[in-house]
Amino acid sequence: MSSIILGIFEEGLVYAILSFGIYITYSILDFPDLSVDGTYPLGAAVTAAMIAAGADPLLTLPVSFLAGALCGILTGAIHVKLGVRDLLSGIIVSTGLYSVNLRIAGKSNLPIFSKDSIFSNPVVDRIFSGASSQIINVIILILIVLFLKLLLDAYLGTRSGYLLRACGSNRRLVVALNRDDGRVKILGLALANGFAAFAGCMMAQKQGYFELSMGTGMMVIGLANVIIGMQLFGRLSFMKATTAVTIGALIYRACVAAAINAGLEPGDMKLITAALFLLIIAAGNLRKRTGLHKKASGGKEAAC
Amino acid sequence: MLSLVDINKFYDPGTVNEMCLFEDYSLDINDGEFVSIVGSNGSGKTSLLNIICGSIPLDSGRVIVNGRDVTRMPEYRRAAFIGRVYQNPAFGTCPDMTILENMSLADTKGKSFNLRRGTDRRRIGYYREQLSALGLGLEDKLDVKVGSLSGGQRQAMALLMSTMTDIDFLILDEHTAALDPKTADLIMELTDRIVRGQRLTALMVTHNLRYAVEYGDRLIMMHEGKNVIDLSGRQKADTGVDDLLSRFNAISVECGN
Repeated sequence: MSSIILGIFEEGLVYAILSFGIYITYSILDFPDLSVDGTYPLGAAVTAAMIAAGADPLLTLPVSFLAGALCGILTGAIHVKLGVRDLLSGIIVSTGLYSVNLRIAGKSNLPIFSKDSIFSNPVVDRIFSGASSQIINVIILILIVLFLKLLLDAYLGTRSGYLLRACGSNRRLVVALNRDDGRVKILGLALANGFAAFAGCMMAQKQGYFELSMGTGMMVIGLANVIIGMQLFGRLSFMKATTAVTIGALIYRACVAAAINAGLEPGDMKLITAALFLLIIAAGNLRKRTGLHKKASGGKEAAC
Repeated sequence: MLSLVDINKFYDPGTVNEMCLFEDYSLDINDGEFVSIVGSNGSGKTSLLNIICGSIPLDSGRVIVNGRDVTRMPEYRRAAFIGRVYQNPAFGTCPDMTILENMSLADTKGKSFNLRRGTDRRRIGYYREQLSALGLGLEDKLDVKVGSLSGGQRQAMALLMSTMTDIDFLILDEHTAALDPKTADLIMELTDRIVRGQRLTALMVTHNLRYAVEYGDRLIMMHEGKNVIDLSGRQKADTGVDDLLSRFNAISVECGN
């Protein structure tokens, strides 16, 4: 039982990182970004290739983030500079990345079990001597997610972060502020795909291999996490969106684990995801339609 | 000084729907002038503002600002010296951010949007002062999201935000049209105070003939891409709403509507 719970945390925390990226594109920028289906495995491919070649596992973290960010810039540039629709730009990039990832990894399944990773190396083994690998994974992931969450929170409170937030809800304001709204969008996509690739990097090191098709459906999973988190906790003023999204990712993982425990096969996961996703969105929409959903802190202030 | 020189603008050129909006249209606006522009729908008022702001491309012609040709300058770069308030109060503010965050954004215009804190706590006193000058009590709601304010409150904030940093031109695009009459009057008075106080050159498109007559020091009536009335000084002062309305109706009858 405890290994199931730890499993939920392991996977959920990795997906939480992915969800930070989806939160930026979907919630802040209002950009349905499908390129994460390619950048998440890209992070894993880069990581596996580097570790297989003997690189320091720590080095894979910034490198995969940068690789993802570059692809985010590409998606943004295709959309902003070439005028391709948002969904299509992401599809183009993730499709192309499939081949690129195969090139980077060299084969469709690249194992790195036997190598050191950030979860398993002499330093970590000495600090946590005797602990199970799952516990070590969860502790390290909690630290990493916490660090990234605080970093993202801090960023969203900077001038640049303010501009990013303004861009999604009112691009005219960005233009009025003497800034190119296209560039702000590209910046947001770079950050988002950096997070996605970083999540892929974590997953490759945790599971011990890169697998070519691991990116399929990642956008939907990340989106499910964001929507669960925002629907349940988004209106709580004391809780930051990044926290809500992290909890959303854990809840999502718990639901999937419960479904598998109830007898469904891992192969059914995508169907579970799709069904869960539909359920959440439909529930949110129905709540709005029946009027139970009160518009964000409206009411009193609205009366001038 | 703002000049539009020999502007040509067609919609859907080369198709059966081709429509000429401006043909060799020219306009000079002097520094410090407050120009009201009236005209029926489709007369070219809003397109004129869009051309000045760079929101729509020209087929030919030039836009000159203080001697500099800005025809090819993108809209966001022109925003360095142009402020704009739209008809829709939602366009001038960010609804998902608080009043304080919106004020901070406007205050950062012209500076680098870098990794410094988005809100400079030392400026809060100044923001409060600016907001309290609006007389709407917004200074006590700094942490309220702008999306939950009324249209009038948001428009007042939009006006304040667009004029917070140094600009030369203020473009008002039917900015009172979506408001109730009382709030519209309030925003109009506020506009006049800001334009006069900061000695801005302002262009205001309005459907409210009373505002066009009462405010500003030059009055233009547009029709089918031309200025059919262009009055300033004494001439404008002697013109009343009735004169304007009869002229307006005469033009409409000519058109058959």
